[in-house]
Parts: sequence; C-alpha cells; structure tokens
Amino acid sequence: MNIQDLAKQLSDLQSFDGYEFECQPIPGEVDVLQVTVGDFEELPSYVSITDTQVLCIAWLFTDDEVKAESRDDMMEEMLELNIPIPLSAFAKIGDRYVIFGALSINSSIEDICQELITLSENAVEAITVLEEFLK
Amino acid sequence: MSILKKIMTAVKGGAREVGELIVDANGTRIFEQEIKDAENHMRKAKQDLTDVMAKQMQTGRKVESLKAEVSEHEGYAVQALEKDNEELALEIAEKIGGLETELAEQEEVYNSFSEHVSRLKDLVKKAERQIKEYERQLSMVKTTESVQRASAAITDNFASSNSKILSAKDSLERIKKRQQNTFDRLAAAEELEAENSDKSLEQRMQAEGIGAEKKSASSVLDRIKASR
Repeated sequence: MNIQDLAKQLSDLQSFDGYEFECQPIPGEVDVLQVTVGDFEELPSYVSITDTQVLCIAWLFTDDEVKAESRDDMMEEMLELNIPIPLSAFAKIGDRYVIFGALSINSSIEDICQELITLSENAVEAITVLEEFLK
Repeated sequence: MSILKKIMTAVKGGAREVGELIVDANGTRIFEQEIKDAENHMRKAKQDLTDVMAKQMQTGRKVESLKAEVSEHEGYAVQALEKDNEELALEIAEKIGGLETELAEQEEVYNSFSEHVSRLKDLVKKAERQIKEYERQLSMVKTTESVQRASAAITDNFASSNSKILSAKDSLERIKKRQQNTFDRLAAAEELEAENSDKSLEQRMQAEGIGAEKKSASSVLDRIKASR
C-alpha cells in the first residue's frame, strides 16, 4: 500500500459510516496525504506510510499556544487521557502537540477509514478538554 | 546507547529545525548493512546446519548398522561355541572386537556432530533474534525520519499555499460552529416536516368534518340573529 493507492481508495468510497473523505496529496521528501473527514475541515489528518506502519497524525497546537504556567498540568492530563482515548495517542513533534494512530501496514481500507474518523473526533474532543490550558 | 536514547538526543539536539533529520542517510545505511550482514550469517549458519545434520544422520545410520553387526556376530560366536569350535569362536570374537572399536569411534563422531548441530541451531536462533532486533531499531529510525520529513512537507505546503495554520482554539470554534449549524439545520428541517404533517392531517380531518369546524360567515350571522 502506498499513498497513491490509499488516496484512490478513499476517493472511490462515497462515504464510510456517514462520513466523507477529502484527500489532498502533499508534495515533499516523503509522501503525505492530507485527509479531511466530514465536517472536521480545520483539523485534517496527515497520513504517511513507512515500511511497517500507516501513521495518521492530526496536529493539535504548538507550544506557543499553551499557557506557560499550566504546561506541566496539561502534560499530566494528556498522559492520563492517553489510554481512555480510543485508538489514538498524544505525541509531540518538535514544538507541536499532535494526536496520532499507528496501524499495521497490512491494515484494510476499512480499518484506515475507522482510524481517520476516530482520530478526527478525538482531535476535537482533545482540544475541547485541553482548551483550559491554551492561551 | 539504545536506539530510542539516540533518537531523543538527536531530537533535543536541534533536529527541530525544519528539514533537519534525526539520523542521516549514512546512519540508516549502516543499519541496513548490519541487517544484511546478520542475514548472511544466518544463511551461512543454516547452510552449515543442513550439512552437519546430513553427516549426523549418516553417522547415526553407520552406528546402528555396526551395532546390528556386533549383535549378529555375537550370535555367530554362540553358535560356534555350541558346536564346540573354540577356534572359530575366537576368530569371531576378534571380529567383534574390531567392530566394537569402530562402533566406539563412530559414536564419538556422532556425538561431536550432535554437539555441532545444537551449537549451529543456537547460532541460527541468535542471528534471527538479532535480525528482528535490528529491524525493529531500523523501523524506529525510519519512522522518526519519516515523521520529521512529513512535518516539514506539511509546513512547507502551508507556506507555499499562503494559508495560515489555525490555532487550536480557532479550529475548534469553527468546527463547533459548523456542527451547530448542521445541527440547527437538521432541527429546522425536522420542525418543518412535523408542521407539514400536522397541517395535512388537519386538512384531511376537515374534509371529513372532524375536529374544530371553521366558522363560516352564515353560521356567525345565524348566531347573532338567534341572540337578538
């Protein structure tokens, strides 16, 4: 499976569980597919594929957006939330907080759709919960 | 140093810069080479293992046939003694002696092959574990590298399309607003549908003369006349 295959399969699907997907490949050193799920236009997921995994990442916020004084509390809360949040986990890439899900390279298109929908919902949920820590 | 530690060190040591990579291409290549070497070792060990196992089996067969020959000749010696032919019996006994020496030798060879086999089996297992371990580490490095590059590509894409990355709060607000809109629209549509179905029911009832009747001008006039 590569990004092009995935883009095609997602576009071929009319909808999945009532959600529609909009795909946009992003040019660069590695293939990245930007996928927007339904109404979650502002929080797209970025899908990249490695030798072993399909990585779906949604960007949440940067260090700049976090109230400096509540950073530790927020991190603590993120760790606490990591397990209750279905299928996704918090992570950090550079100065950016993200939420992501990693799937096996052998996952079916249905698994990936499920992941993308859950990830978008989780991203909104996570920002709602963590909003109190943001400027 | 563990590979995760190396990755963390690289991330903290300035790999935050866009485009800068966790592990240079050279690092990844060295890893890949190590995996290839380990795979070669394993292939060699497996080849050796089959050779040695074949020899072990051959020797095993030889040991079994020598044992059979010894017991066969022991039977002959008994028969010679039964026929009181001591001389023949002695000759057979000499033969048995020779066979037993050879048997001992072959058993020793067999044992040494067996040891060799178990040593090679251990080696293959070790090589397999090593390869799995290297592959796991390589996958960590490659994933880190891929995520870094993907982030850089996304950031570049925002920059080149002149679109701004929204703050989380703004994104949330917009999404919530859109969801509220959708929700309101659905609710409005439902209300409208409910009204329509009410209205059509009313109409049908009226047609049958059921429910509150509309006051006609003549009925009002009749009422006024009656009260006069």
